[in-house]
Amino acid sequence: MANTREVKTTGFMGWIDKRLPVTQMWEDHLSKYYAPNNFNFWYFFGSLAMLVLVNQLLTGIWLTMHYKSDAAQAFGVVEYIMRDVPWGWLIRYLHTTGASAFFIVVYLHMYRGLMYGSYKKPRELIWVFGMLIYVALMAEAFMGYVLPWGNMSYWGAKVITQLFGVIPVIGDTLLEWIRGDYVVSDATLNRFFALHVVAVPLVLLVLVLMHIAALHQVGSNNPDGIEIKENKDENGIPKDGIPFHPYYSVKDIFGVAVFLLIFLGVVFLNPQFGGLFLEHDNYTIANPGVTPEHIKPVWYFTPFYAMLKAVPDPLGGMILMFGAIIMLFTLPWVDRSEVKSIRYRLLPFKLALAAFVISFLVLGWLGMQSGSTVQKYMAIVCTAVYFLYFPFLFFYTKNEKHKPIPKRLTH
Amino acid sequence: MKNLIKILILLVSSQVLASGEGAHLEKAETNIRSKESLRNGAKNYMNYCSGCHSLQYQRYKRMAEDLGLSKEEVEQNLIFTGAKYTDHMTMNMSSEDSEVWFGKAPPDLSVIARARGNDWLFSYLKGFYKDPSRPSGWNNTVFKNASMPNVFWKQQGIQEAHFDEHKLDSGVVTHTFDKFSKLTDGTMSDEEFDHTVRDIVNFLDYTSEPAKLIRLAYAPWVLLFMVLLVLMTFLLKKEFFKDIH
Amino acid sequence: MTDKVNESRRNLLVGTSVVGVVGAVFAAVPFIKSWMPSERAKSAGGPVEANISKLELGQKIQVMWRGQPIFLVKRDKNQLNTLEGLASKLKDPSSESSIQPEFAKNLHRSKKEELLVLVGICTHLGCSPKFYPEIVPQAFDADWKSGFYCPCHNSKFDISGRVFSGSPAGTNLVVPPYVFVDDENLIIGMDKLEGEA
Repeated sequence: MANTREVKTTGFMGWIDKRLPVTQMWEDHLSKYYAPNNFNFWYFFGSLAMLVLVNQLLTGIWLTMHYKSDAAQAFGVVEYIMRDVPWGWLIRYLHTTGASAFFIVVYLHMYRGLMYGSYKKPRELIWVFGMLIYVALMAEAFMGYVLPWGNMSYWGAKVITQLFGVIPVIGDTLLEWIRGDYVVSDATLNRFFALHVVAVPLVLLVLVLMHIAALHQVGSNNPDGIEIKENKDENGIPKDGIPFHPYYSVKDIFGVAVFLLIFLGVVFLNPQFGGLFLEHDNYTIANPGVTPEHIKPVWYFTPFYAMLKAVPDPLGGMILMFGAIIMLFTLPWVDRSEVKSIRYRLLPFKLALAAFVISFLVLGWLGMQSGSTVQKYMAIVCTAVYFLYFPFLFFYTKNEKHKPIPKRLTH
Repeated sequence: MKNLIKILILLVSSQVLASGEGAHLEKAETNIRSKESLRNGAKNYMNYCSGCHSLQYQRYKRMAEDLGLSKEEVEQNLIFTGAKYTDHMTMNMSSEDSEVWFGKAPPDLSVIARARGNDWLFSYLKGFYKDPSRPSGWNNTVFKNASMPNVFWKQQGIQEAHFDEHKLDSGVVTHTFDKFSKLTDGTMSDEEFDHTVRDIVNFLDYTSEPAKLIRLAYAPWVLLFMVLLVLMTFLLKKEFFKDIH
Repeated sequence: MTDKVNESRRNLLVGTSVVGVVGAVFAAVPFIKSWMPSERAKSAGGPVEANISKLELGQKIQVMWRGQPIFLVKRDKNQLNTLEGLASKLKDPSSESSIQPEFAKNLHRSKKEELLVLVGICTHLGCSPKFYPEIVPQAFDADWKSGFYCPCHNSKFDISGRVFSGSPAGTNLVVPPYVFVDDENLIIGMDKLEGEA
């Protein structure tokens, strides 16, 4: 068989490998994928994000078995799941807590990238795919939040879709097209359901695959931000690398166990998380006639919501909000430094990153508040700090001074 | 630094103002693990509330099982509507009738404790006072101009509310609640009445999430198991990382 | 030295795997159990009442219980007389391997001799058999003694729902649990009234 590739394995695995490169894939991505040997705490969150994704898919599939995307039934059917379906309450809490956990894990994963310069050359595409995952995740979470058809679901959907209405010329038509009605209605609920359970998850899965494929093409960054592939032994194996399996698979399983301990603690002890993960106002059925006293999105959107509220002009606010996300995409080209890791960068970078992160956190808090005058000024200041990070980085990194970079990984 | 402190003070005070829109809420201090309190709450709920408010997602059967009541007890003492044991706890009054009587259909209370919180419910039920200017003759310190009348006036006694007047710099006069005084004595002492209301709130907390009982019962075992798994995976990880360094 | 290290590593691997598998099994339980009938289905599948005051001799009425047709037949003397003497033609004449409450494990397969209560679902593949009450020759059986005939695959049952030899169905028609409230009313789906021991 001339067209059969040579394989090392024999017997059953040999038969398989001639037809499907199982052993080769196992080696390429696990047992002979060499990862830096100095991964720290911040390197748990990639595998944890995968775990939460699996949790969301599994519990999500199970929820669709009982849910009805009908505006007249949706609110009641959620209570049906919580009460009448055997163990339905657990499956729903795993899904709702999973949504918040997804964002916690992803935000920490992104912060790791900012700290250690993981977005920098040659990992630009990993960062871009990661950002696309983040955007898809926000769409997924937003549409999922509408499905219980509580009053906050309804008004949240109304306010967010309204954003598209401020676009000049096409706004009104676009708004009706998105909603499928003159208001947020049954038609909106139905399409959000279809997008939430089929379309966006498919996109997410493809993006995750690309994210990992791009990572395995160039190899993982590390807390020192130096390339282990530049120091190989006589067999071509990086001297500072260890095979992902068994070392990091075992380490990640430990991470998974710790994560699950905390996650299940929330699920079993306080799944509402004091109204942060499941909001009080969403326990009232959707009512187009009654606005909740205080409309706010779930916590993971609040930084952007605070930016939106910081400007009086809705179109400006919307541009600002989407701009904040688009700016993150540009980081690989904004940061022109020759060092990656924060370990070898000087105080100005550290201060700038700290200011950026703190402004984002404060914005997140502000987005949950009703908005006094002082808070409004704080929001403007924090939004400015957030955006200034990018031009600062661009000019500062042109001739950035830095500490000496070691040749080999440190511990 | 001074400015920073100023800003912090402003922030804190604006927080207080924001939360002070309603009256001060009294802690309900309910205990969902007390079956006795839940049973008492269920009984009082059925007697005082179920005439106007439904629990459309709660089944009698689930309530009986969770509260340790027998089918006969529920059918003889708690079902007033001719409903089946496995039915939802809906009511006979139609929402059209109630809209005529109260101006607004009384809300379903299945998940009210989730929407409002136990402390709010507790303070609300205790916060009715006489107000002849209202159609029902009652007003409420927690939920101003509520259309619900005080169903407990016999037990609690009729209250009168006293307000402090504040004149703001802008000339606007505002009122903040100061205290209640009793016009008539109730059939219950204050303590007994607190107890009755607390049990009803506890029952409403239960019915807003019956699974809470299962959830809390499983929690220690799940977490104990996870601690074991964390320990074992930690040792395994340590064992493997002996190879490195 | 290396042997010792590997041994402790193997023990840890096995131990962690066992704990992990136990956890996975526990985690699977809620997902599997959530497919069981919900409280709503159980409530809708609860006992149903049937009134037989208008049921004439030799006739059948039908009620629904758990989404299945329940046949109620008031048999006359002629029909009941056919039951004796059929034993040799039946697969399970004394209902040994068929499903019925204990009180119906008799010749007439019922609590009251004349009133037959059956789940109207063929025990072969779930079609609903037709009722042929007359004791006259039929196209499918020249010696028909009244009973039920399933048109799907030609299963034949006598007027007690007992299956004839030669039918594809293996067991007699199922008798559901039921209880009489009074002479004219019965409840299908439970076999004793509340309060009765």
